[in-house]
Amino acid sequence: MSTTTEHHDHGMSDSGYVKIALILAAITALEVSTYYVDFGPLFMPALLIMMVVKFVMVVSYFMHLKFDNKLFSFLFYVGLGLALFVYFVALATFKFFIA
Amino acid sequence: MAETATHADQAHHSSTGLSNNKLAMWLFLGSECLLFGGLISTYMLYRGRIVSGPHPNAIFDIPFTSVSSFVLLMSSLTMVLAVTSAQRKDDSRTNLWLMVTALLGATFIGGQVYEFTTFYREGLGFTTSLFGSSFYSLTGFHGVHVSVGIILLMSLVGMIKKNKIPGDKAEVVELIGLYWHFVDIVWIVIFTLVYLIPS
Repeated sequence: MSTTTEHHDHGMSDSGYVKIALILAAITALEVSTYYVDFGPLFMPALLIMMVVKFVMVVSYFMHLKFDNKLFSFLFYVGLGLALFVYFVALATFKFFIA
Repeated sequence: MAETATHADQAHHSSTGLSNNKLAMWLFLGSECLLFGGLISTYMLYRGRIVSGPHPNAIFDIPFTSVSSFVLLMSSLTMVLAVTSAQRKDDSRTNLWLMVTALLGATFIGGQVYEFTTFYREGLGFTTSLFGSSFYSLTGFHGVHVSVGIILLMSLVGMIKKNKIPGDKAEVVELIGLYWHFVDIVWIVIFTLVYLIPS
């Protein structure tokens, strides 16, 4: 398979990317709405879930991890997982979650 | 000629059949997670430590930062359109989308400079409080990353115009694109954890 063919097999069409961008924009609007509307106890979980959804969508579609070789996903998510683990422990050491 | 192309391919691909350059970029981005993880954790820890100076909720301008965030998010769309144009070998569209991406990035940086200036005038200097130090360190590091991205994008535009890109042009655009998208995902996290969730 030539490199050019390989590139065309990956990813989505331009209109597909525009649709993803529109979804991301809608989620951002929802995030900003939490500043104006009282979501009560759902405020924090809703914001964190929307953040994770946006993060995964950009990484999966715009960065092509969903369509690319799994080794790339491994390299990135291992780094991310390590960062989350190390800093979660660091914050727990400073009793961040108790406070 | 064909032999030269084969040698070029071998030089850029590992025994896994994957591009060495792309592997290196993903490894770099994985390590960048550790850098920004450290800066974000430090901010989370220190954002409430304010002896003097303004509090985050008193100075953050959420509507303004929301527009900045939207601009950076849309730059990810224009970047991915540049990548698909490069894969179609459409140099003029590739350059157009790269320039639009750089322009959106510059708009974001302009917004950040305005925000920093406003905060400074309102009494939040780098050494005013632990909140100020950790806030400026985190968002400043991110701003530097965006600025580097803009330089990379404009250099790429110049190299494409002069046809000076060695090897696979689409792959080079894709690599710069990966860096740009990473900068965007870091801001997605910063926008939520720093701006939207009050201290």
